[in-house]
Amino acid sequence: MTIIQATLEGAGANLDTGRFTAMLDTMWRIRAFEELAVRSLDEKLVLGAIHPSIGQEACAAGICCNMEREDLLLSTHRGHGHTLAKGADALAMMRELFGRDGGTCGGKGGSMHIADFDVGMLGANGVVAANITIAAGAAHALKLRGEKRVVVCIFGDGAINRGPFLEGLNWAKVFDLPVLFVCEDNNFSATTHTAAMTAGPGAAARAQSLGLPAQTIDGNDVVAVDAATRNALAALHAGEGPQFLHCKTYRMTGHTAVDAAAYRDPAEVTRWRERDPITRLGEALRLAGVSEARLEEARTKAYAEMEEVYATARDTAWPDVAGAYRDVQDCGDPQVRPYS
Amino acid sequence: MSVISYLEAGKRAVREEMQRDPTVWALGEDLGRGGVFGQYKGLIDEFGPERIADTPISEACIMGAAVGAAMTGTRPIVEMRFSDFALCAIDELVNQAAKARFMFGGQMRVPMVVREPTGMWRSSAAQHSQSLESWYTHIPGLVVVAPATPADNLGLLKSAIRNDDPVVYLEHKNLWPLEGEVPEGEHLVPLGEAQIVRTGRDLTLVTWSATRHSCVAAADALEKQGIEAEVIDLRTLWPWDRDRVLASVEKTGRLIVAHEAVAVSGFGAEIAATVAEALHHRLKAPVQRLGAPRIPIAYAPPLEDEARVTEKKIIDAAKALCLPVAAS
Repeated sequence: MTIIQATLEGAGANLDTGRFTAMLDTMWRIRAFEELAVRSLDEKLVLGAIHPSIGQEACAAGICCNMEREDLLLSTHRGHGHTLAKGADALAMMRELFGRDGGTCGGKGGSMHIADFDVGMLGANGVVAANITIAAGAAHALKLRGEKRVVVCIFGDGAINRGPFLEGLNWAKVFDLPVLFVCEDNNFSATTHTAAMTAGPGAAARAQSLGLPAQTIDGNDVVAVDAATRNALAALHAGEGPQFLHCKTYRMTGHTAVDAAAYRDPAEVTRWRERDPITRLGEALRLAGVSEARLEEARTKAYAEMEEVYATARDTAWPDVAGAYRDVQDCGDPQVRPYS
Repeated sequence: MSVISYLEAGKRAVREEMQRDPTVWALGEDLGRGGVFGQYKGLIDEFGPERIADTPISEACIMGAAVGAAMTGTRPIVEMRFSDFALCAIDELVNQAAKARFMFGGQMRVPMVVREPTGMWRSSAAQHSQSLESWYTHIPGLVVVAPATPADNLGLLKSAIRNDDPVVYLEHKNLWPLEGEVPEGEHLVPLGEAQIVRTGRDLTLVTWSATRHSCVAAADALEKQGIEAEVIDLRTLWPWDRDRVLASVEKTGRLIVAHEAVAVSGFGAEIAATVAEALHHRLKAPVQRLGAPRIPIAYAPPLEDEARVTEKKIIDAAKALCLPVAAS
C-alpha cells in the first residue's frame, strides 16, 4: 500500500469541495440519525441496546463513499453510520430500531442486526469480531465466482483481541482475497480502555505481521480516511490481496446510549471534542470557499430528514406476529403443536 | 444396486452434487489429501484446489467463512474433522449461520452443510468421541442429520447440500467402513423422514446413527424370545418424524429410545416427552431412555465401554418392558 498523506488541514484551497460537501451531508445525516435514536429513549421507542457512533462519522462516510453499491460491507454493533453511508434507507433503519413493520429486517433484528442486502450491507453483528471471518468468506466466494466486487469489513479496536481477528486475516492473506479490513479504533472495548487490554504495538502491527499492508490514519479526518480507502480499494482491484486500515477516532458517547461513561477522563473527552470530525470538515470547506449557507444547509437538511423519519417510524405499526415464525428454516414446524 | 461403504457413499454424494452444481465447494483441514478419514480422497483431482479447499487449522474461520460464502452465492460444505472441534466454531454456527436468515428478516439464506464426524471410535477418548446432536436440535435454524447406512449417507448428504438452510451433518466415525447396498443413479432421501427398519407389534425402538445397528441386532435376538420390536431410525433429528414415531408407539404401546449420547438432556428426552404428552393413555409401560451415563468418554477399552449402549442393554431393557409379552 502506498502511504497517502492527504489530510483535511493540508488540503487547503485544493479541497475537492463537491466531493467533501457531499461527505459533510452524509456525516450530518449520521449524526442526526444517532442523536434522534438516542433521544427516542425518552419516549421508549428504541427498545434494546443501541450503540451510537457519534464522533465516528468520518470513518463511515470516508470509507463507504469509495464503495460501489454492489460491493459488500460488514459492520458491527455500532453500525448505524456505516449502514446509512452504504445507502440503506434511513426510515427502514429507524423502524428497525423501533421494532416496527417495514424495518430493514422486518423488526426482527433491531439495531445490532441491521442488514440491507440490496445495498450490499451484509449485516451488523452483535458479536465482536464475528464479522471478520464472515467477510473473509464473502470475499472467498467473490473470488471463486470470478467477480470484480470487493468486501469491506469494519470492526472495533476490541475485536483485535479476539481469535477470529487472527483467523480471518490469516485466511484472507493465505487465499489472497479482495477484502479491506478496517479497525475503527474508538479507544474503548465496551467500558474499558483498549490500550490497557492490548499487548504490543496494536492493530496495524498485528496485520502487518501477517503480511497485510496496513496504514494507521486519523479517523476523524475524512480526507485522510477517503484517500486511504480509495488507495486500499485500488490495491484490492489490482489483485494485491487483503488490505488493512487502522482509523483512530473517539466514541463521544458511552458504550450504549444509556451508558453515562463516567469512567472517562473529562480532559480526554474535551481533547477529542475539539477534533470533532464534522466541525473539522466544516472548517476546511469554509476555508476552501464553501458558503456558510451551504454548510448550514447540510446540518438543517439532515435534522429535518431525520425528524421526519423519527415521526414516521414512531407512527408505524408493530410487525405481524406471524413473522415470529417466518424465516426460521424451511424444514420442520417451529410451532410446538398439540398432537391430535 | 451396488455395494459401497458409508465413507464412499458420502464421497459419492459430494462428487455428484459438485458435478451438478458449480456453486458447491468444500473447505476444511487436509481436504487436498483426502481429509482425515479419506472421505474426500480423489475429489481434488476432479474439482481442483479452489473447490476442494485446504484450509488452516482455524475452525472458527472455516465455519465463519462458510457463512459469508453461503450469503454470497455459493453452497459450502464445511468439514470439521471431528465433531468435537466444531466447538471452536460454535459462535459462527449458532449465532451466525443459524440466525442470519431470521434476524435479517429473510433477506438471504445460508445454504451450508457442516460435516461433523461424530461418536465413539475405539480409544479416541474424551475430545474425539462425543455425540453432541442434542445441542444442535435445540437451536432454531439448524437442520440436524445423523445417517446410519451407506444408502442414507448418500441420499441424505445430497439432500443436505441442496437444502437452503444450514445443516449439521453427523457421520459416525465407526461406520466409515460399513458396507451396504445403494441404488444406482440419483438417490435422494428427504430430510425429516424416519425409516422403519423392521416392523413389530410389541415395542418401538427409536434410534439413529450407529446405535441403529445395535437396535437391529437386539431386535433380531428379541424375536427369538418372542418379542417383536419395531425399529425406527430417525435419520434426521430436526425436523424429526413425529408422525411416524407416534403412529408406531400408538400401535405397540411401548417405547425405548436408544442413542449413544449422554442420556441426560439427550435428544431421547424430547422423544420420550412428546410420546408421554401425546400417547399417555396408550402406553402399556413407562417410556425408557437408553444413553450414556453422564461421564466423559474414557480411553481404556473397559472404561470406554461403560459409556456404550450395547445390544445387551437394549435387550435387557426391552425384556423388562415386555415381560407380560414374553411370558405369554
